[in-house]
Order: sequence, then structure tokens, then C-alpha cells
Amino acid sequence: MTMNATAPASARGAASDPPEPDRADTAPGGAPRRGIPRPKATPARRASVFLSSHPRVRLGFLLAAPLFWLGLVYVVALAALLVTAFWTVDSFTGEITTEWTLDNIITVLTGSLYQTVTFRTIGVALLVTIIDVALALPIAFYMAKVASPRARRILVIAVLMPLWASYLVKAYAWRSVLSQDGILEWVLAPFGLHTPGYGLPATVITLSYLWLPYVILPIFAGLERVPDSLLEASADLGGKTWPTIRHVVLPMALPAIIAGTIFSFSLSLGDYITVNIVGGASQMLGNLVYTNVGAANNLPLAAAIALIPIAIIFGYLALVRRTGALDNL
Amino acid sequence: MTDPQPAIRLTGLTKEFGAVTAVDHVDLEIAAGEFFSMLGPSGSGKTTVLRLIAGFEQPTGGTIELFGDDVTKRAPFDRDVNTVFQDYALFPHMSVLENVAYGLRVRGIGRKERIERARRALASVRLEQMGDRKPSQLSGGQRQRVALARATVVQPKVLLLDEPLGALDLKLREQMQVELKEIQRELGITFIFVTHDQEEALTLSDRVAVFNNGRIEQLGTPAELYERPSSRFVADFVGTSNLFDDAVSRELLGRGGVHSVRPEKMSVGSGETGADVRNAPGTVVETIYLGSGIRLVVDLDAGVRVSVLEQNDRNRVHDDERGDRVVVSWHDDDVVALGGADVASAPAA
Repeated sequence: MTMNATAPASARGAASDPPEPDRADTAPGGAPRRGIPRPKATPARRASVFLSSHPRVRLGFLLAAPLFWLGLVYVVALAALLVTAFWTVDSFTGEITTEWTLDNIITVLTGSLYQTVTFRTIGVALLVTIIDVALALPIAFYMAKVASPRARRILVIAVLMPLWASYLVKAYAWRSVLSQDGILEWVLAPFGLHTPGYGLPATVITLSYLWLPYVILPIFAGLERVPDSLLEASADLGGKTWPTIRHVVLPMALPAIIAGTIFSFSLSLGDYITVNIVGGASQMLGNLVYTNVGAANNLPLAAAIALIPIAIIFGYLALVRRTGALDNL
Repeated sequence: MTDPQPAIRLTGLTKEFGAVTAVDHVDLEIAAGEFFSMLGPSGSGKTTVLRLIAGFEQPTGGTIELFGDDVTKRAPFDRDVNTVFQDYALFPHMSVLENVAYGLRVRGIGRKERIERARRALASVRLEQMGDRKPSQLSGGQRQRVALARATVVQPKVLLLDEPLGALDLKLREQMQVELKEIQRELGITFIFVTHDQEEALTLSDRVAVFNNGRIEQLGTPAELYERPSSRFVADFVGTSNLFDDAVSRELLGRGGVHSVRPEKMSVGSGETGADVRNAPGTVVETIYLGSGIRLVVDLDAGVRVSVLEQNDRNRVHDDERGDRVVVSWHDDDVVALGGADVASAPAA
């Protein structure tokens, strides 16, 4: 195993030398090898030899940079946010005072505005998640189990394609679709229906659209791992379509479905741009954070508000951890 | 064969995958209670025939009858046949007992009764202690038996087995062969067994169909197939054969056409006498010690390499080595004619 793992490294380290494993030098019997010259002991080669016999050093080199990045940019930034929430702003100068206080937390937990917006945000996130799962399941099932390999490739690209376009472009596209003289109104008008206009329904529709690929892909990957023979076995034993889906497909896809819901739920929870664009007057937690960072210049309060979605997500993750869905990410 | 209605009747069964014809106008009748094997190399169409009978594939042409009922167009869950899959296809999220009870559950049988029946089925494969385990906690042989219990608990008229022993090691496979045979005798239902292992097919079956290129090359009892192969393919695929092409046959047997002689029907010595004995001189190329026997590879002077299987019994006197001159003898009765000149033109195996 060790030899295999290091072979590419030694080949890369000493590109001019044939990537001959070192044990050839000390092969038992020691019969002289004719024709093939022994690789030269260049510094790069010596380094490879050293690394191949010191797996921990190897691991250290491999992980040093990403761990540094993760530690500094991710964990420290998050910690700074947490700390800021316990500071306050001098209302007179607008400067942050580094005095420890729970005022921001108490404000956020007890203020009726924050409570309303929190429940609204959770509601939107849940609704988006439910819609996305309902849409993603049949699409993912078709991709994984029904479509030909060629059609499957095309569908995977089709699902991924919206991700290559800018988030803003897509949000503004929906703004245009949902507007009073937009395409949705034009399509629905003959049936006596109307576009929902801008507001929470528009937010839910747009967010569902935006996060759908993130829900389809894990479910597709999860279903693809279910062997066809299991579906055949179910049919063989007398299971019609619905019992097969209920007893075999859904239980086996559940971890993948939950993995997908983590995406749609957490992304919806933190969104504020879509709400700004199609949400009309309604606000979500992200908007409150945004306003307090910008216009209100109250970074500690913004940090305290930002803790709400973090807490909700942690709660959600703790809940789904039991299902084993996190093994599937 | 008391039942006049065959368990399975295939008429002109054809399956095409794009330009490939996997099954090519197969006609076949399998009697009730028979242990029937479909033998052939990979890609010969045997598994496709099984999947057509199970209903996982729709035939391009032809019909499938199950005890006289045309089931060609019916869904798998609407056919009284059950399958033991090559990979067993046990549901990983269910316990062993739930797996076995699944067929009863989707048929709407009450919880108490289905657990009772599943337990009995598990007991019949001697796994009553394993009901609470997950399939992943079982060994290959145990999974195989669970698959068998799961397929038989719903009392199918015909049981289809798709290379069920392929993933087991030799010792376990031989043990499972005996068990399969016993279970089949106990249940008295028709078993259709797909395998590429000719020894397995010969050991287990009442009759064997040898498949090649989507067609049945030969259909018969194991003894018929082995003793009287009808074609060069069968002679070569079922057991080991020494094939004599047209020219060699003329020189050694005095007649044209392709012939085959089994290695164990030949002997090596200094020549035998008798009315129907044929002797052919040659040079030993290799002797392979097999334990119970010894295989000698001999280049006959007539221009063909033959394999001779000698019993390692107390009558054995020769200890031939590579390069020794010997005489290979066989009886004319043991020569099987494999047909005419068109086959003969093919290069010798």
C-alpha cells in the first residue's frame, strides 16, 4: 500500500528517472540487472524515498496548506463573528466598544420583529425544501434508474448548467418572469389566474428554482448507488411500483434526500439577495443582518442576528445526524 | 413428467438489444419438477432467457408460457416465478427476517402470519438464529441461503437461479450444490439454473441446455451431453475433449469428419490389442500430477496434441516423462462423430 501510494510522487519528484520502485535496488538475490541503468540518487529522489517511508510527514505536507486556510479563514472568521455579538456599539460615535454584554442576544431573542422574521425565514426554508425534494425525487429517479446512459449524461449537464450562470442573473430573470406584465402573467391570464407578484410566494418560487440542482444531485448520486437488482428483486417478489418505492427506494435514498435538504434548507436560511429582488416588502434574517451591517452600522447586532440561522442549522444537523445522512455528503 | 403441461414453454423466443441478438428463436419445454440448467459461456444468452422468463426484459418476439398460461406480457410481480439473483439482491436496510418476509408483506399478508412463515423458511435453510441480523453481517453462503428462503417463501411455481453459486469459494459451492438439490427435492418445484460452470450443471441437473450465440446448441441429460456431444462446441465446452479434424480423423480413424475422444477414455502404454482398439504413437510433452489422476499431454505423430487422463490407481505402471515415446490407445466406441466437413474446416482447438 505504501509503495503504491508513493509511486506517483517518486515519479513526479524525479521526472527524468524511470519510476522504478526502490526495492528493486535491494532485491533478494541481488542478481545484476542488465540493460536498465539504476536510477540516479538525485535530491528529489532522496526526498521521495524519505517521504515514502514516513507517512506522517507526508500527511503533514499534504494537509498543511488546506488546514491553514480552513483554520484562519473559516474558523477564525466564525469565531470573530461570535465574539462580535457580545460587543456593543457606542450610539454616539458609532464606534464598536469591546465591552462584554448580552444585550444584543437578548434583543434578538425577545424582539417581536426578530421573532417574526425568524419564523418567516424558517417557514420559507422549509417550504423551499419540501418543494425541492418533491421536484427532485422523480427527476433524480429518472436520471438514475430509467434514462439511458446517454440521456443520463445530458440530464446531469442540464441540471448542472444553471449553476454556471450567475445567481443574480437567475434572480433577476425570475423578477422579470413574475412581474405584473411578465411571462407568467401572460401564460396564466387565459386561465383566469395571475402571477403572485413580488412577495413571499415569489421568494419561495425563486429559491426553489435556485437550489433545485443542489437537491437533485445528491439524490441522484444516492439512487444511482441502489443496485438495479434490488428493484428487480422487489418486483420479482410481487412488489408493484408503489410498494417498491415505499419499502425499497425511499428507505435506501433517505440519507441522500436528507443530504439534499441540508443544502436547500441552509441556503434558504441565509439568503437575502433573492428576497431583495423578488420579495417585495418582506424581509428574512439575511436582510436584517445586511441592514445592520450596512445602513444601521451595528455590527454586533448583525452578528447576533446571524447567530440565529447558525443555531437553527446546528439543530437541524444534529437532528439529521442520527439518520446517517452526513456520511453521504 | 406426469403433468402434461410443461412448467415453462418458450416458443420462438427472441431478444434483440439494438443490433445484437442475445436470444435467437429459442424453443424450449421444461417439465414440472425438473432441475433444469442453462449452460453456456458469458454472452451466450442464457441469463437473458432467465430474465425474459422472470419478466425483467420484454422479448422482441416469441412467447413464454407458464403452465399453459401466456405470461409474455405480464409484469414480474404478476408471474408465479421467483429469482435468486447472482448478487443475491438482499435489501440492505432490512433485517434478514424482513427480507424473507418481503414477498409476503407486499402481498398484504398479516404481520403475524408473514413472520411465522418467514421464520419457517429461514429454518429450512438453517438460518433461524440469524433473523435479526442485517444482510451485511452474514457470510456469502448465508446470504445465498437467505436469498433462497426469500424466493421460496412465496411458493413460486418455478424458481430461477442466476449463477447463485458464482460468488462462493469452491468448498462452499460444493456444499451448496448438495443443499440446492435437497431443497429442490423437498419443494418439488421446477428449478431453472443458469451457470457457466459445466461441472455444476452436470452435477445438479436432470437436463441441461447448452447455449451458444443465443441458441440452444444441445439439449439433453448430463450423460447425453458428456458422452454424445452433438457439436464441436458442446464437446469442447462440456468437459475436455480431444478433437480430431478431418485430416487427422482420416489418418487415425480411417474416416472423414470431426471426431472427439474424452481424455479419460484414452490410455498411454505400449499399445493394446483388440478388434476395436486404435493405437497411435506419439511423444509425451507434459505430465501433470492431479492427485487422483495424472494428465499426460501427448503429441501424436498424426499431428494432433491430445490430453490423456490416467487414474492414479495401483494398476498404473508407467512413469512417462517429457520426451518419452508412447502409444496412446482408445476404443472405437468412445469416438464421437461431430458432423461433417463444414465443421472440419475450422482450425483444430
